[in-house]
Amino acid sequence: MKSIADLLHDHPFFAGLSPAHINLLAGCGKNIHFDTGNFLMKEGENANTFYVIRSGKVVVEAYTPGFGHQIVTQVDHHGVVGYSWLFPPYRVAFDVRAIEPVSAVQLDGKCLRSKTESDHELGYQLMRRFAQVMLQRLQATRLQMLDVYRKGS
Amino acid sequence: MIDPMLPAVYKVVRVSQDLPDTATLDLAPASNSKLPACQPGQFNMLYALGQGEVAISISGDTDEADCVRHTVRAVGSVTRAVAGMKLGDQLGLRGPFGRAWPLNRMQGKDIVLMAGGLGLAPLRSVIYHLLNHRDAYGRITLFYGTRTPQDRLYAAEFTLWQQRGDLETGITVDSAGRDWHGHVGVVTTLLEGSGFDGNNTIALICGPEIMMRFSAAELIKQGVQPGNIYVSMERNMKCAVGFCGHCQYGPYFVCKNGPVFALPQVAHLFRIREV
Repeated sequence: MKSIADLLHDHPFFAGLSPAHINLLAGCGKNIHFDTGNFLMKEGENANTFYVIRSGKVVVEAYTPGFGHQIVTQVDHHGVVGYSWLFPPYRVAFDVRAIEPVSAVQLDGKCLRSKTESDHELGYQLMRRFAQVMLQRLQATRLQMLDVYRKGS
Repeated sequence: MIDPMLPAVYKVVRVSQDLPDTATLDLAPASNSKLPACQPGQFNMLYALGQGEVAISISGDTDEADCVRHTVRAVGSVTRAVAGMKLGDQLGLRGPFGRAWPLNRMQGKDIVLMAGGLGLAPLRSVIYHLLNHRDAYGRITLFYGTRTPQDRLYAAEFTLWQQRGDLETGITVDSAGRDWHGHVGVVTTLLEGSGFDGNNTIALICGPEIMMRFSAAELIKQGVQPGNIYVSMERNMKCAVGFCGHCQYGPYFVCKNGPVFALPQVAHLFRIREV
Protein backbone atom coordinates (compact mmCIF):
# COMPACT_ATOMS: atom_id res chain seq x y z
CA MET A 1 0.00 0.00 0.00
CA LYS A 2 1.30 3.42 -0.95
CA SER A 3 2.03 5.99 1.71
CA ILE A 4 0.58 9.52 1.58
CA ALA A 5 4.04 10.74 0.55
CA ASP A 6 4.06 8.27 -2.37
CA LEU A 7 0.59 9.37 -3.47
CA LEU A 8 1.59 13.04 -3.40
CA HIS A 9 4.83 12.28 -5.23
CA ASP A 10 2.88 10.56 -8.04
CA HIS A 11 0.48 13.47 -8.52
CA PRO A 12 1.31 16.02 -11.28
CA PHE A 13 0.55 18.96 -8.96
CA PHE A 14 3.61 18.13 -6.87
CA ALA A 15 5.97 17.29 -9.74
CA GLY A 16 9.47 18.56 -8.98
CA LEU A 17 8.91 19.02 -5.25
CA SER A 18 11.77 17.72 -3.10
CA PRO A 19 11.24 14.48 -1.09
CA ALA A 20 11.77 16.46 2.12
CA HIS A 21 8.93 18.85 1.28
CA ILE A 22 6.71 15.98 0.10
CA ASN A 23 7.24 14.34 3.49
CA LEU A 24 6.39 17.57 5.28
CA LEU A 25 3.16 17.87 3.29
CA ALA A 26 2.31 14.21 3.80
CA GLY A 27 2.31 14.83 7.55
CA CYS A 28 -0.77 17.03 7.01
CA GLY A 29 -2.54 14.58 4.69
CA LYS A 30 -4.87 11.64 4.85
CA ASN A 31 -6.53 9.34 2.35
CA ILE A 32 -10.21 9.91 1.75
CA HIS A 33 -12.98 8.55 -0.48
CA PHE A 34 -16.21 10.16 -1.66
CA ASP A 35 -19.16 8.43 -3.25
CA THR A 36 -20.95 9.99 -6.21
CA GLY A 37 -23.04 12.91 -5.00
CA ASN A 38 -21.04 13.51 -1.81
CA PHE A 39 -19.83 17.03 -1.14
CA LEU A 40 -16.13 17.61 -0.62
CA MET A 41 -16.83 21.19 0.44
CA LYS A 42 -19.82 23.44 0.82
CA GLU A 43 -20.00 27.18 0.26
CA GLY A 44 -19.59 29.14 3.49
CA GLU A 45 -17.89 26.41 5.49
CA ASN A 46 -14.55 26.99 7.17
CA ALA A 47 -11.87 26.42 4.53
CA ASN A 48 -9.39 24.24 6.30
CA THR A 49 -8.65 21.65 3.62
CA PHE A 50 -7.76 21.11 0.00
CA TYR A 51 -7.98 17.93 -2.00
CA VAL A 52 -5.53 16.28 -4.34
CA ILE A 53 -7.76 14.26 -6.65
CA ARG A 54 -6.27 10.82 -7.32
CA SER A 55 -9.16 9.32 -9.26
CA GLY A 56 -12.69 10.29 -10.21
CA LYS A 57 -14.18 13.69 -10.95
CA VAL A 58 -15.63 16.56 -8.99
CA VAL A 59 -17.55 19.63 -10.07
CA VAL A 60 -17.30 23.11 -8.63
CA GLU A 61 -20.77 24.59 -8.53
CA ALA A 62 -22.84 27.42 -7.15
CA TYR A 63 -26.49 27.80 -6.36
CA THR A 64 -28.17 30.75 -8.00
CA PRO A 65 -31.80 31.54 -7.17
CA GLY A 66 -33.84 31.16 -10.32
CA PHE A 67 -31.18 29.12 -12.10
CA GLY A 68 -30.59 26.32 -9.61
CA HIS A 69 -27.18 24.71 -9.26
CA GLN A 70 -24.83 25.83 -12.02
CA ILE A 71 -21.61 23.92 -12.65
CA VAL A 72 -18.66 26.27 -13.04
CA THR A 73 -15.84 23.83 -13.72
CA GLN A 74 -14.75 20.27 -13.29
CA VAL A 75 -11.61 18.79 -11.77
CA ASP A 76 -10.32 15.28 -12.37
CA HIS A 77 -7.35 13.18 -11.35
CA HIS A 78 -4.87 15.68 -12.81
CA GLY A 79 -6.02 18.41 -10.46
CA VAL A 80 -6.45 19.83 -7.01
CA VAL A 81 -9.47 21.57 -5.59
CA GLY A 82 -9.78 24.20 -2.88
CA TYR A 83 -7.65 27.27 -2.31
CA SER A 84 -9.76 29.29 0.10
CA TRP A 85 -7.67 27.82 2.93
CA LEU A 86 -4.76 29.98 1.74
CA PHE A 87 -6.22 33.37 2.60
CA PRO A 88 -8.34 34.88 5.38
CA PRO A 89 -11.21 34.65 6.14
CA TYR A 90 -10.70 30.97 5.19
CA ARG A 91 -14.23 30.42 3.92
CA VAL A 92 -15.20 28.04 1.11
CA ALA A 93 -16.50 30.03 -1.87
CA PHE A 94 -18.19 27.28 -3.94
CA ASP A 95 -19.70 23.84 -3.47
CA VAL A 96 -17.51 20.95 -4.61
CA ARG A 97 -19.38 17.71 -5.34
CA ALA A 98 -18.23 14.30 -6.53
CA ILE A 99 -19.86 13.25 -9.81
CA GLU A 100 -17.98 9.94 -9.79
CA PRO A 101 -16.50 7.93 -6.94
CA VAL A 102 -13.48 9.99 -5.90
CA SER A 103 -10.28 8.98 -4.16
CA ALA A 104 -8.27 11.91 -2.89
CA VAL A 105 -5.66 13.00 -0.44
CA GLN A 106 -7.15 15.53 1.97
CA LEU A 107 -4.59 18.06 3.15
CA ASP A 108 -5.16 20.01 6.33
CA GLY A 109 -4.86 23.70 5.54
CA LYS A 110 -4.26 24.81 9.14
CA CYS A 111 -1.40 22.33 9.43
CA LEU A 112 0.02 23.49 6.08
CA ARG A 113 -0.25 27.17 6.97
CA SER A 114 1.78 26.54 10.07
CA LYS A 115 4.43 24.54 8.20
CA THR A 116 4.72 27.08 5.39
CA GLU A 117 5.14 29.93 7.90
CA SER A 118 8.15 28.17 9.35
CA ASP A 119 9.51 26.91 5.98
CA HIS A 120 9.19 29.70 3.43
CA GLU A 121 10.75 27.58 0.67
CA LEU A 122 7.91 25.09 1.09
CA GLY A 123 5.48 28.01 1.10
CA TYR A 124 6.99 29.35 -2.13
CA GLN A 125 6.90 25.95 -3.85
CA LEU A 126 3.30 25.43 -2.83
CA MET A 127 2.19 28.95 -3.74
CA ARG A 128 3.90 28.67 -7.14
CA ARG A 129 1.84 25.58 -7.92
CA PHE A 130 -1.38 27.11 -6.67
CA ALA A 131 -0.70 30.31 -8.62
CA GLN A 132 -0.40 28.27 -11.81
CA VAL A 133 -3.71 26.52 -11.15
CA MET A 134 -5.36 29.84 -10.29
CA LEU A 135 -3.98 31.44 -13.48
CA GLN A 136 -5.30 28.60 -15.64
CA ARG A 137 -8.72 28.79 -14.00
CA LEU A 138 -8.77 32.60 -14.20
CA GLN A 139 -8.01 32.52 -17.93
CA ALA A 140 -10.60 29.79 -18.51
CA THR A 141 -13.17 31.75 -16.50
CA ARG A 142 -12.47 34.90 -18.51
CA LEU A 143 -13.08 32.97 -21.71
CA GLN A 144 -16.30 31.54 -20.29
CA MET A 145 -17.39 35.05 -19.25
CA LEU A 146 -16.77 36.31 -22.79
CA ASP A 147 -19.50 33.89 -23.87
CA VAL A 148 -17.75 33.44 -27.21
CA TYR A 149 -20.35 31.03 -28.59
CA ARG A 150 -23.27 33.41 -28.14
CA LYS A 151 -25.45 34.19 -31.09
CA GLY A 152 -23.80 36.54 -33.56
CA SER A 153 -20.27 36.13 -32.22
CA MET B 1 -16.70 28.35 -67.97
CA ILE B 2 -19.59 29.05 -65.61
CA ASP B 3 -19.75 32.65 -64.41
CA PRO B 4 -18.84 32.49 -60.69
CA MET B 5 -21.02 35.53 -60.03
CA LEU B 6 -24.15 33.89 -61.45
CA PRO B 7 -26.19 31.90 -58.94
CA ALA B 8 -27.81 28.64 -59.96
CA VAL B 9 -31.26 27.84 -58.68
CA TYR B 10 -31.37 25.16 -55.98
CA LYS B 11 -34.28 23.69 -54.07
CA VAL B 12 -34.45 22.57 -50.47
CA VAL B 13 -34.82 18.77 -50.43
CA ARG B 14 -34.47 18.20 -46.69
CA VAL B 15 -34.59 20.36 -43.57
CA SER B 16 -33.54 19.45 -40.06
CA GLN B 17 -33.98 21.87 -37.19
CA ASP B 18 -30.77 21.43 -35.20
CA LEU B 19 -31.42 24.16 -32.62
CA PRO B 20 -34.23 26.69 -32.22
CA ASP B 21 -32.28 29.19 -34.34
CA THR B 22 -30.20 26.79 -36.45
CA ALA B 23 -31.25 24.58 -39.34
CA THR B 24 -29.49 22.26 -41.74
CA LEU B 25 -30.66 22.34 -45.34
CA ASP B 26 -29.95 19.77 -48.04
CA LEU B 27 -29.93 21.55 -51.39
CA ALA B 28 -30.13 20.05 -54.87
CA PRO B 29 -30.08 21.80 -58.27
CA ALA B 30 -33.61 22.76 -59.34
CA SER B 31 -32.78 21.66 -62.89
CA ASN B 32 -31.22 18.29 -63.59
CA SER B 33 -27.74 19.80 -63.72
CA LYS B 34 -24.85 18.10 -61.99
CA LEU B 35 -23.81 19.19 -58.53
CA PRO B 36 -20.38 20.88 -58.62
CA ALA B 37 -17.66 18.94 -56.80
CA CYS B 38 -16.69 20.45 -53.48
CA GLN B 39 -14.27 19.74 -50.65
CA PRO B 40 -14.53 19.93 -46.86
CA GLY B 41 -13.73 23.46 -45.70
CA GLN B 42 -15.12 25.21 -48.78
CA PHE B 43 -18.21 27.39 -48.76
CA ASN B 44 -21.08 28.41 -51.02
CA MET B 45 -22.81 31.73 -51.39
CA LEU B 46 -26.49 31.17 -50.63
CA TYR B 47 -28.89 33.74 -52.08
CA ALA B 48 -32.24 34.14 -50.39
CA LEU B 49 -34.18 35.49 -53.34
CA GLY B 50 -34.91 39.18 -52.93
CA GLN B 51 -33.08 39.32 -49.58
CA GLY B 52 -29.38 38.93 -50.20
CA GLU B 53 -26.44 36.55 -50.17
CA VAL B 54 -24.49 34.96 -47.38
CA ALA B 55 -21.38 32.75 -47.28
CA ILE B 56 -22.08 29.42 -45.59
CA SER B 57 -19.62 26.55 -45.14
CA ILE B 58 -20.41 23.11 -46.42
CA SER B 59 -21.40 20.97 -43.45
CA GLY B 60 -22.31 17.73 -45.22
CA ASP B 61 -20.58 14.75 -46.75
CA THR B 62 -18.74 16.00 -49.83
CA ASP B 63 -18.64 12.45 -51.22
CA GLU B 64 -22.43 12.63 -51.67
CA ALA B 65 -23.22 13.48 -55.27
CA ASP B 66 -26.89 14.37 -55.11
CA CYS B 67 -27.07 17.31 -52.70
CA VAL B 68 -25.02 19.81 -50.77
CA ARG B 69 -25.65 20.39 -47.07
CA HIS B 70 -25.43 23.68 -45.16
CA THR B 71 -26.04 24.49 -41.52
CA VAL B 72 -27.31 28.03 -40.99
CA ARG B 73 -27.90 29.97 -37.80
CA ALA B 74 -30.42 32.82 -38.01
CA VAL B 75 -28.51 35.91 -36.93
CA GLY B 76 -29.51 38.52 -39.55
CA SER B 77 -32.11 39.10 -42.23
CA VAL B 78 -30.51 36.82 -44.87
CA THR B 79 -29.57 33.98 -42.55
CA ARG B 80 -33.03 34.21 -40.96
CA ALA B 81 -34.59 33.80 -44.40
CA VAL B 82 -32.32 30.85 -45.30
CA ALA B 83 -32.61 29.11 -41.93
CA GLY B 84 -36.40 29.44 -42.12
CA MET B 85 -36.71 27.76 -45.53
CA LYS B 86 -39.07 24.82 -45.95
CA LEU B 87 -38.99 21.74 -48.09
CA GLY B 88 -39.31 22.68 -51.79
CA ASP B 89 -38.33 26.34 -51.31
CA GLN B 90 -35.83 27.68 -53.83
CA LEU B 91 -32.71 29.77 -53.41
CA GLY B 92 -29.70 30.81 -55.47
CA LEU B 93 -26.32 29.21 -54.93
CA ARG B 94 -22.85 30.14 -56.16
CA GLY B 95 -19.81 28.03 -55.45
CA PRO B 96 -18.04 26.18 -54.11
CA PHE B 97 -15.40 28.73 -53.19
CA GLY B 98 -12.28 28.92 -51.08
CA ARG B 99 -9.43 26.79 -49.89
CA ALA B 100 -10.34 23.47 -48.31
CA TRP B 101 -8.87 21.68 -45.30
CA PRO B 102 -5.47 20.13 -46.29
CA LEU B 103 -6.74 16.58 -46.83
CA ASN B 104 -3.67 15.40 -48.74
CA ARG B 105 -1.25 16.63 -46.06
CA MET B 106 -3.37 14.99 -43.41
CA GLN B 107 -3.01 11.47 -44.82
CA GLY B 108 -1.07 9.14 -42.53
CA LYS B 109 -1.12 11.67 -39.68
CA ASP B 110 -2.98 11.75 -36.39
CA ILE B 111 -5.75 14.32 -36.61
CA VAL B 112 -7.08 16.59 -33.88
CA LEU B 113 -10.24 18.53 -34.68
CA MET B 114 -11.22 21.38 -32.35
CA ALA B 115 -14.65 22.87 -32.82
CA GLY B 116 -16.27 25.72 -30.93
CA GLY B 117 -20.01 26.44 -31.10
CA LEU B 118 -21.27 26.57 -34.66
CA GLY B 119 -17.68 25.85 -35.78
CA LEU B 120 -18.60 22.19 -35.68
CA ALA B 121 -20.50 22.68 -38.95
CA PRO B 122 -17.49 23.28 -41.25
CA LEU B 123 -15.62 20.51 -39.44
CA ARG B 124 -18.46 18.02 -39.87
CA SER B 125 -17.71 17.75 -43.58
CA VAL B 126 -14.10 16.82 -42.79
CA ILE B 127 -15.28 14.33 -40.12
CA TYR B 128 -17.35 12.59 -42.81
CA HIS B 129 -14.37 12.55 -45.15
CA LEU B 130 -12.04 11.12 -42.49
CA LEU B 131 -14.54 8.42 -41.56
CA ASN B 132 -15.24 7.59 -45.23
CA HIS B 133 -11.48 7.13 -45.78
CA ARG B 134 -10.64 5.95 -42.27
CA ASP B 135 -7.64 3.80 -43.21
CA ALA B 136 -5.81 6.76 -44.71
CA TYR B 137 -5.50 8.53 -41.35
CA GLY B 138 -4.03 7.77 -37.93
CA ARG B 139 -5.72 8.46 -34.63
CA ILE B 140 -8.60 10.93 -34.98
CA THR B 141 -9.76 13.03 -32.03
CA LEU B 142 -12.63 15.49 -32.02
CA PHE B 143 -12.92 18.09 -29.26
CA TYR B 144 -16.08 20.17 -29.16
CA GLY B 145 -16.88 23.08 -26.88
CA THR B 146 -20.14 24.94 -26.76
CA ARG B 147 -22.15 27.24 -24.53
CA THR B 148 -24.54 24.93 -22.68
CA PRO B 149 -25.79 21.34 -23.13
CA GLN B 150 -28.88 22.77 -24.85
CA ASP B 151 -26.67 24.49 -27.45
CA ARG B 152 -24.97 21.31 -28.67
CA LEU B 153 -25.06 21.13 -32.44
CA TYR B 154 -25.76 17.72 -34.05
CA ALA B 155 -26.27 16.27 -30.54
CA ALA B 156 -27.71 12.94 -31.72
CA GLU B 157 -24.99 12.49 -34.33
CA PHE B 158 -22.30 13.39 -31.79
CA THR B 159 -23.60 10.57 -29.57
CA LEU B 160 -23.12 8.17 -32.51
CA TRP B 161 -19.57 9.47 -32.99
CA GLN B 162 -18.90 8.88 -29.29
CA GLN B 163 -19.90 5.25 -29.73
CA ARG B 164 -17.48 4.62 -32.59
CA GLY B 165 -14.28 2.80 -31.84
CA ASP B 166 -12.28 4.65 -34.48
CA LEU B 167 -12.98 8.23 -33.40
CA GLU B 168 -12.08 9.70 -30.01
CA THR B 169 -14.30 12.51 -28.80
CA GLY B 170 -14.45 15.05 -26.04
CA ILE B 171 -17.24 17.51 -25.41
CA THR B 172 -17.41 20.38 -22.97
CA VAL B 173 -19.80 23.21 -22.21
CA ASP B 174 -19.14 26.61 -20.65
CA SER B 175 -21.84 26.20 -18.04
CA ALA B 176 -24.40 23.59 -17.11
CA GLY B 177 -26.97 22.53 -14.59
CA ARG B 178 -26.77 19.38 -12.51
CA ASP B 179 -28.50 17.29 -15.17
CA TRP B 180 -25.37 17.53 -17.35
CA HIS B 181 -22.91 14.75 -16.59
CA GLY B 182 -20.28 15.72 -19.14
CA HIS B 183 -17.32 18.05 -18.94
CA VAL B 184 -17.66 21.74 -17.98
CA GLY B 185 -14.96 24.22 -18.93
CA VAL B 186 -13.38 25.76 -22.00
CA VAL B 187 -12.53 23.53 -24.94
CA THR B 188 -8.77 23.75 -24.32
CA THR B 189 -9.20 21.88 -21.03
CA LEU B 190 -10.10 18.79 -23.06
CA LEU B 191 -6.53 18.71 -24.36
CA GLU B 192 -5.12 18.12 -20.87
CA GLY B 193 -4.09 14.51 -20.58
CA SER B 194 -5.53 13.58 -23.97
CA GLY B 195 -2.23 11.92 -24.81
CA PHE B 196 -1.96 12.44 -28.57
CA ASP B 197 1.45 12.60 -30.22
CA GLY B 198 1.94 16.28 -31.04
CA ASN B 199 4.83 15.56 -33.39
CA ASN B 200 2.69 13.48 -35.74
CA THR B 201 -0.48 15.53 -35.47
CA ILE B 202 -2.28 17.88 -37.80
CA ALA B 203 -4.90 19.98 -36.04
CA LEU B 204 -7.89 21.72 -37.58
CA ILE B 205 -9.66 24.43 -35.57
CA CYS B 206 -12.94 26.14 -36.29
CA GLY B 207 -14.86 28.44 -33.99
CA PRO B 208 -14.85 32.02 -32.72
CA GLU B 209 -11.49 33.69 -33.33
CA ILE B 210 -10.57 33.95 -29.64
CA MET B 211 -11.31 30.25 -29.19
CA MET B 212 -9.04 29.46 -32.16
CA ARG B 213 -6.22 31.60 -30.70
CA PHE B 214 -6.34 29.90 -27.33
CA SER B 215 -6.75 26.45 -28.87
CA ALA B 216 -3.75 26.99 -31.16
CA ALA B 217 -1.62 28.13 -28.21
CA GLU B 218 -2.59 25.04 -26.22
CA LEU B 219 -1.94 22.71 -29.17
CA ILE B 220 1.54 24.21 -29.56
CA LYS B 221 2.13 23.54 -25.83
CA GLN B 222 1.17 19.93 -26.52
CA GLY B 223 3.88 19.72 -29.17
CA VAL B 224 1.94 20.31 -32.38
CA GLN B 225 4.02 22.28 -34.90
CA PRO B 226 2.43 25.66 -35.80
CA GLY B 227 2.67 24.73 -39.49
CA ASN B 228 0.50 21.70 -38.77
CA ILE B 229 -2.31 23.77 -37.28
CA TYR B 230 -5.04 25.05 -39.60
CA VAL B 231 -7.80 27.51 -38.79
CA SER B 232 -10.95 28.45 -40.67
CA MET B 233 -11.39 32.22 -40.71
CA GLU B 234 -14.62 34.10 -41.05
CA ARG B 235 -15.03 37.57 -42.53
CA ASN B 236 -17.79 39.40 -44.35
CA MET B 237 -17.59 37.74 -47.77
CA LYS B 238 -19.50 39.33 -50.63
CA CYS B 239 -18.16 38.44 -54.09
CA ALA B 240 -16.42 35.22 -52.94
CA VAL B 241 -13.82 35.46 -55.71
CA GLY B 242 -11.40 38.08 -54.40
CA PHE B 243 -12.69 41.09 -56.35
CA CYS B 244 -14.57 43.24 -53.90
CA GLY B 245 -12.21 43.32 -50.92
CA HIS B 246 -14.92 43.06 -48.25
CA CYS B 247 -13.20 40.08 -46.65
CA GLN B 248 -9.66 41.45 -46.81
CA TYR B 249 -7.58 40.13 -43.92
CA GLY B 250 -4.10 41.64 -43.97
CA PRO B 251 -2.57 40.53 -47.29
CA TYR B 252 -5.30 37.96 -47.89
CA PHE B 253 -8.85 37.74 -49.12
CA VAL B 254 -10.53 35.21 -46.85
CA CYS B 255 -12.87 34.12 -49.67
CA LYS B 256 -10.05 33.33 -52.08
CA ASN B 257 -6.91 32.65 -50.01
CA GLY B 258 -8.96 31.04 -47.22
CA PRO B 259 -11.16 30.42 -45.41
CA VAL B 260 -8.71 27.72 -44.32
CA PHE B 261 -5.28 29.07 -43.41
CA ALA B 262 -2.20 27.47 -41.92
CA LEU B 263 -1.61 29.12 -38.54
CA PRO B 264 1.75 30.75 -39.49
CA GLN B 265 -0.04 32.63 -42.31
CA VAL B 266 -2.41 34.40 -39.93
CA ALA B 267 -1.02 34.12 -36.38
CA HIS B 268 0.59 37.58 -36.59
CA LEU B 269 -2.70 39.08 -37.77
CA PHE B 270 -4.58 37.76 -34.73
CA ARG B 271 -2.86 40.41 -32.64
CA ILE B 272 -3.71 43.37 -34.88
CA ARG B 273 -6.97 44.91 -33.77
CA GLU B 274 -7.65 46.87 -36.96
CA VAL B 275 -7.52 43.84 -39.29
